[in-house]
Amino acid sequence: MAHAATHDHHDDHHGAPSNFFVRWCMSTNHKDIGTLYLVFSLLMFFIGGSFAMVIRAELFKPGLQLVQPYFFNEMTTMHALVMIFGAVMPAFVGLGNWMIPLMIGAPDMALPRMNNLSFWILPFAFALLLSTLFLPGGGPAGGWTMYPPLSLQGDSVAYLVFAVHLMGISSIMGAINIIATILNMRAPGMDLLKMPVFVWSWLITAFLLIAVMPVLAGAVTMLLTDKYFGTSFFNAAGGGDPVLFQHIFWFFGHPEVYIMILPAFGLVSEIIPTFARKPIFGYKAMVFAIASIAFLSFIVWAHHMFAVGLPLGGEIFFMYATMLIAVPTGVKVFNWVSTMWGGSMTFETPMLFAIAFVILFTIGGFSGLMLALAPADFQYHDSYFVVAHFHYVLVTGAIFAIIAGTYYWLPKWTGHMYSEFWGKMHFWNSVIWVNVLFFPQHFLGLAGMPRRIPDYNVAFANFNMISSIGGFLFGASQLIFVGVIIHAVWFSKKKAPDRVWEGAKGLEWTVPSPAPFHTFELPPVIHDEELAHGHVED
Amino acid sequence: MTRGASEWSPEAYFLNNVALGVCVVIGILVFGAMFIAMFRFRKSRGAVAEKWSHNTMLEIVWTTIPVIILIVLAYLATGGLRTFADTTGSEMTVKVTGYQWKWRYDYVDYKGKAIEKVGFMSKLDHESDETRQLNSGLDPNAVKVDGYNTYLINVDKPLVVPVGTKIRFVITAGDVIHSWWVPALGWKMDAIPGIVNAAWTNITEPGEYRGQCAELCGQDHGFMPIVVKALPKAEFEKWLAEQEAQAKQPAPAAASTAAAPATAQATDAPVSQGHQG
Repeated sequence: MAHAATHDHHDDHHGAPSNFFVRWCMSTNHKDIGTLYLVFSLLMFFIGGSFAMVIRAELFKPGLQLVQPYFFNEMTTMHALVMIFGAVMPAFVGLGNWMIPLMIGAPDMALPRMNNLSFWILPFAFALLLSTLFLPGGGPAGGWTMYPPLSLQGDSVAYLVFAVHLMGISSIMGAINIIATILNMRAPGMDLLKMPVFVWSWLITAFLLIAVMPVLAGAVTMLLTDKYFGTSFFNAAGGGDPVLFQHIFWFFGHPEVYIMILPAFGLVSEIIPTFARKPIFGYKAMVFAIASIAFLSFIVWAHHMFAVGLPLGGEIFFMYATMLIAVPTGVKVFNWVSTMWGGSMTFETPMLFAIAFVILFTIGGFSGLMLALAPADFQYHDSYFVVAHFHYVLVTGAIFAIIAGTYYWLPKWTGHMYSEFWGKMHFWNSVIWVNVLFFPQHFLGLAGMPRRIPDYNVAFANFNMISSIGGFLFGASQLIFVGVIIHAVWFSKKKAPDRVWEGAKGLEWTVPSPAPFHTFELPPVIHDEELAHGHVED
Repeated sequence: MTRGASEWSPEAYFLNNVALGVCVVIGILVFGAMFIAMFRFRKSRGAVAEKWSHNTMLEIVWTTIPVIILIVLAYLATGGLRTFADTTGSEMTVKVTGYQWKWRYDYVDYKGKAIEKVGFMSKLDHESDETRQLNSGLDPNAVKVDGYNTYLINVDKPLVVPVGTKIRFVITAGDVIHSWWVPALGWKMDAIPGIVNAAWTNITEPGEYRGQCAELCGQDHGFMPIVVKALPKAEFEKWLAEQEAQAKQPAPAAASTAAAPATAQATDAPVSQGHQG
């Protein structure tokens, strides 16, 4: 897609292969692989989004009008799997690939060939996963959480398990690469505590990935052997325990949700200081907060399971541990606000998305705190309240941060300014419709509507219709995003300066726009005052 | 959220309101500060960026205050958890079993006396079931009982229980995981094959309380509602006596209970984990 044109305009720089196949399929260049990740993630965002459109269309009014309940379940399952593993995670890896070497003054990622492999596994993983929709028996329909025994009733278990294995391998390789790059490839003078917060957040995220992806692989392998090889890990009739799967799954699953939000924290911590023209408030506190959230993520998994009948002591422990997360998360929000306080702010599209992130992610954090209170969770659990909660943290959290990051660095990648007018159109449409989409879902949950149901009582009709209208318009708004990107890549006449934003600091703004095929072949000389966090005393 | 109609359900309701109140207040303060910052410190208004990036006092304050708020919330929530976990002193036991896609209720004991053979399947009522078929052409708004829309939340045979009685539910499943949720009782509890979970309720007001399965359990997950009919004690005892009398006759009316041993087999699997009591 974007390949041909970027290809042309990279031609004048040395080193970029002119053959399309060689350039993109055999690439070992961090920028090209980053682009591949981002384009792939955008494609998956639309595929997963189309599944969401099917869901919202069926839920538009009571009664079944469009799809059978089983297909509806396939849609909810695939929507989650595609969005989590196909859209959000690869987008962050793409941003990391593009920007980490530029931000720390490295010529490329530490392990370029593995970088190529870790990307090119993904299209195969998703081809495998999505192909199940066209096979007899249909795709996985037991929820992305794959709880047995239900998930074992499907005919696509093997496809699902191998697709998850491939995604896991890809993620682990990506994480190893990022850790190796950050720890070994920093330019002299780029101390750990001078790194951008985005780099810090990715370093911590990468450790989370390495720690938990093998756990997921183990869990799904046990599903596979339970289904096809007669084992009874999760089969009560054979002496196994269905709840064991949930413990293993959420031991992966909770760190996973932070894998999807920590890099977003990093992005927002870069963007807000740039447009406030003021250094980030409490740099060390920010880094420490990310690290504490990462640590806590390992000891809170059973808060997804308050209704499985945990012993009282278990409920209490997981409730307290979960509530603790509010402290470092609160620190981050307060620090972002303090960064803005006393600044000199302008509101370009990346800043608008970053501000919307802070507000709307905080709303998701509030509902998260409410969900942490186990006795109240007995009501919220598996209701639309939970659906509203995690879409606030994932859509207006992770995805808004990704969009903010894209607008922030798009001029650096393409060498052209995007259209500020259409960027703002994209922002206002997104921020309005996403709230119309998800805010009423809080009310539906509190009124007692369970999640993952294709049809509902007429008492839930009004809020569902509002939510669906918001959903269609939010989905349509994302076409503006594609338009802005296509325009910026191929049609924009406005050249981007090297330092695209007036208040931008950091090494990535010292290289030309568009960033040449190879950068920092010689390590840059670091001047602390040019870094975003060069003089850290606090 | 509903206040509910049981002794315990106000706990969840109260906690929800307190937590929501705390969040709204913090939200107003934080977002208020943000909006003030966005208006006061605009470059277009000539704001000049300051240089500071650190304030130890402030940081200590906004770490400590949330901790104090959390301790209060944790204290309140722990109380609710402890009362919920205490299933002792119950006067009645009902066994709930989830199946794809219906519920089975077996009356185990009442006031210390074992109940023989009172149990039945409870599934989506016929009218909702016809209406919910894809392109049925029937209007969900027309599914009504006594003027109240019961589309997808009515069953052929409700669970009948007495009010003012501490009822212990033992909850399990025969095939996949389900979750038994009646919002008016204030909680949901997963029904898991091979595991027996316990929960309790004490309904204060007579009435019909409706709920739905809350754990994805396959294609008809959205179509296995729960109806709890709470009767005054005397009426309940009369109903129970009728059911017991029916069960003793070898009449065809017992057909549904006769199926019990066969369908309940899976629940005889080893019980590996139990809740309190």
